Amino acid sequence: MSTLRAPWGLLGPACLAGAFALLPLGYLAVRSMERGPGFAWGVVATEGTGLLLARSLGLAVVVVAACLILGISLAWLTVRTALPGAAVWSVVATVPLAVPSYVAAFAWLSAMPELAGFTGSAIALTLVSYPYVYLPVAAALRGTDPAHEEVSRSLGVGPVRTFLRVTLPQLRPAAAGGALLVALYVLSDFGAVSLMRYDTFTRGIYTSYRASFDRTPAAALSIVLVVMTVLLVAMETRTRGRRGHSRTGTGTARPIVPAPLGRMVIPALAWCAAVVTAAVAFPLGTLGYWLTVGNSGTWDLAGLVNIAGVTLTVAALGAALTTVLALPVGVVAARYRGRVADLLEHAAYAGHALPGITVALAMVFFAVRYAYPLYQELPLLVCAYAVLFLPVAVAATRAAVLQAPPVLEDVARSLGRSPLRVLREVTVPLAAPGVAAGAALTFVVCMKELPATLLLRPTGMDTLATRLWTETGVGSYADAAPYAAVLILLAAVPSYLLGRRT
Amino acid sequence: MTDLRIEGLTMGYGPDTTVLHGIDLTVPSGSLAAVLGPSGCGKTSLIRVIAGFLRARAGTVTVGGRTLTGPGTHVPPERRRIGIVPQEGALFPHLSVAANVAFGVTDRATRRQRTEEMLDLVGLAGYGDRMPHELSGGQQQRVALARALAPEPALVLLDEPFNALDSALRAGVRADVRAALHAIGATALLVTHDQQEALSTADIVAVVRDGRIAQCGTPQDVYDHPADPWIAGFVGDAVLLPATVVNGTATTALGTVEIRTPTGATAETPRQGTVLLRPEQLRLSDPGESTPSGSVTDVRYFGHDAMVTVAVDGLDTPVNIRITDHVAPRPGDRIGVRATGQATLHA
Repeated sequence: MSTLRAPWGLLGPACLAGAFALLPLGYLAVRSMERGPGFAWGVVATEGTGLLLARSLGLAVVVVAACLILGISLAWLTVRTALPGAAVWSVVATVPLAVPSYVAAFAWLSAMPELAGFTGSAIALTLVSYPYVYLPVAAALRGTDPAHEEVSRSLGVGPVRTFLRVTLPQLRPAAAGGALLVALYVLSDFGAVSLMRYDTFTRGIYTSYRASFDRTPAAALSIVLVVMTVLLVAMETRTRGRRGHSRTGTGTARPIVPAPLGRMVIPALAWCAAVVTAAVAFPLGTLGYWLTVGNSGTWDLAGLVNIAGVTLTVAALGAALTTVLALPVGVVAARYRGRVADLLEHAAYAGHALPGITVALAMVFFAVRYAYPLYQELPLLVCAYAVLFLPVAVAATRAAVLQAPPVLEDVARSLGRSPLRVLREVTVPLAAPGVAAGAALTFVVCMKELPATLLLRPTGMDTLATRLWTETGVGSYADAAPYAAVLILLAAVPSYLLGRRT
Repeated sequence: MTDLRIEGLTMGYGPDTTVLHGIDLTVPSGSLAAVLGPSGCGKTSLIRVIAGFLRARAGTVTVGGRTLTGPGTHVPPERRRIGIVPQEGALFPHLSVAANVAFGVTDRATRRQRTEEMLDLVGLAGYGDRMPHELSGGQQQRVALARALAPEPALVLLDEPFNALDSALRAGVRADVRAALHAIGATALLVTHDQQEALSTADIVAVVRDGRIAQCGTPQDVYDHPADPWIAGFVGDAVLLPATVVNGTATTALGTVEIRTPTGATAETPRQGTVLLRPEQLRLSDPGESTPSGSVTDVRYFGHDAMVTVAVDGLDTPVNIRITDHVAPRPGDRIGVRATGQATLHA
């Protein structure tokens, strides 16, 4: 790690990217206060806002609780017990991460329309977001030393009480971090709640934006939502920091001896099967059903191909811009410590706390006021993708650069290369696979993005996600199914390639 | 190639921590100097300042009369013409062996030829098309040296380059590196915590302690005339004996020995002091009335020699004796011990 300052050729672009990421947030604040804080407060401090807040928070609490139960139980069964086929279960359990919330909502709504509302939203959101709890808890279970539990058992404490008194407290940081991610997901989600017609903050913002010519109320509501998500991100960051500390110095733990399940093996298998069926098999099955119900006569094949092409194009543009912006930030964050580097990294992570709908609104306001020719044009949508998904690409770039030994850069400098040429000839080639993986991931999330695409797409343009949303919204499930199927297939290719790398 | 001069070099990582306290060191052109010190003594910081990766707080670094670090001067690493050979080689994993060696050669016309020359120099001619992961650890280390030497640097820095090699390989690679450096007359600075490596490889040894040069001299100088008991113990096994010194001769419990450093020891009036001897200066003999004797407490056998620990009558601490005889005494044996050669006096 060099203690020299980052060269301007690197710091300049990085600062630009950071400012770009913060622009929507800043503009949103300015815009909502435009008619005075009194007006904004008047919009926010109404019974309606209170109701939206209560609904959003209520949904978040229920989904988080359900995710904790699903995530921790599956993690313990797959990591710590002699569950038959544990390796397979542990892979299948993470598959729902690849299912967009609106696809899950489509599946449940089309099969059981009476679920619309709170119940349907809670089911769909739980089944797509429990892996956020499952993954960190499973990792923590793998990392903790089984000797603690053995000591507890040898001191005369039974298996259940050992789990509650010894194992569970060690899982708390991991579970808390996962729970906060789930809460963030629920607060930012637009797809599932809008299809389920459940009025939360995001849907409220969308309705307010569509219904009224005055856009200040939407901006003011967005600010409230952003404040909530920023608080969650701050909490998540804090738990992550502490988790890092408690892990240091654990040394090499002995391999885990799986606990025999005995007579509990049947209920355990049934539980895993039930979760995986609901989260993976059911959406796929429903999709298959609607695909067979429809027929080639009702399918608009040319339209489908056209929309798939548009989706791939906008996602590729979004991924390209995001990766280019992320590169300097990721390198600075990995190689140069200091106040500027920290500030930049935090700025780039702003998108993490910004729900898609609020970024889209900020972009609309900004374009209408300062760049009208861009309003409802492709570049604006691509910029929104970059703001939203910069954290994904920066995290990948930073990790990739960290894996390249800094001593190689020192050697290159000593052989007469300037810092920027070292970046081009040594750092970037070494980090290339990781950066490419980040680009692929960004591509997938751009392809699945719904709310910002809905608001910012050029008139008449559809992506797979927006078309799926529109068709489901009017109840034509058989027409929606092909778009969902193509979206899942297209998103699966890069996801599969990414999975094979790791 | 050119000489390295370091004067009053001071460096710290913050306002409150000072890692290097006024380092002075001169390495003549074409010699190989070793910076020897325990971990945390500041030796790695020293070479990072010389290479330009860290900024000095005060002091100067000049190579061949060109000031690289000084008041108001900080030449960036890429313009210093200082080659580095890091721990474990650190070859660029995405480049072939030839491309690694050619990396720093700017002249396109001679690049190919220079690369081949350098690979030949380190005994790896014909390995140019291999990738780094296809080489053994020792080969990687030699490519790293070829890469550092290829642009004809004014100075080469070697940062514990033999650490990662297993001990069987280490001596061979060390000799190859030394031969390659001498063959082209390179000025080089080797950083190590291994006293054997420093003594056997370098022309000059600088012992660093707590960010200061504790002693600097030829390997023999440092081994035979350590400036203080700590250095004596750090560069080798030491036997410290209380002695009465008069007229250049010290009388100890193991007999009389001549004092090597004459300063202050030639006085006619007797004075008390501590003399330093090396275990190989002590000889074993049959116990007798006239010779100092004691009982053997421990024998450690190394193959080429053995170390015998003897509790000598009248001495508080047992002494170590290195013997090369094939017949070693056994613990419990009574044995005579006598000091030979010259000793160093510490006040």
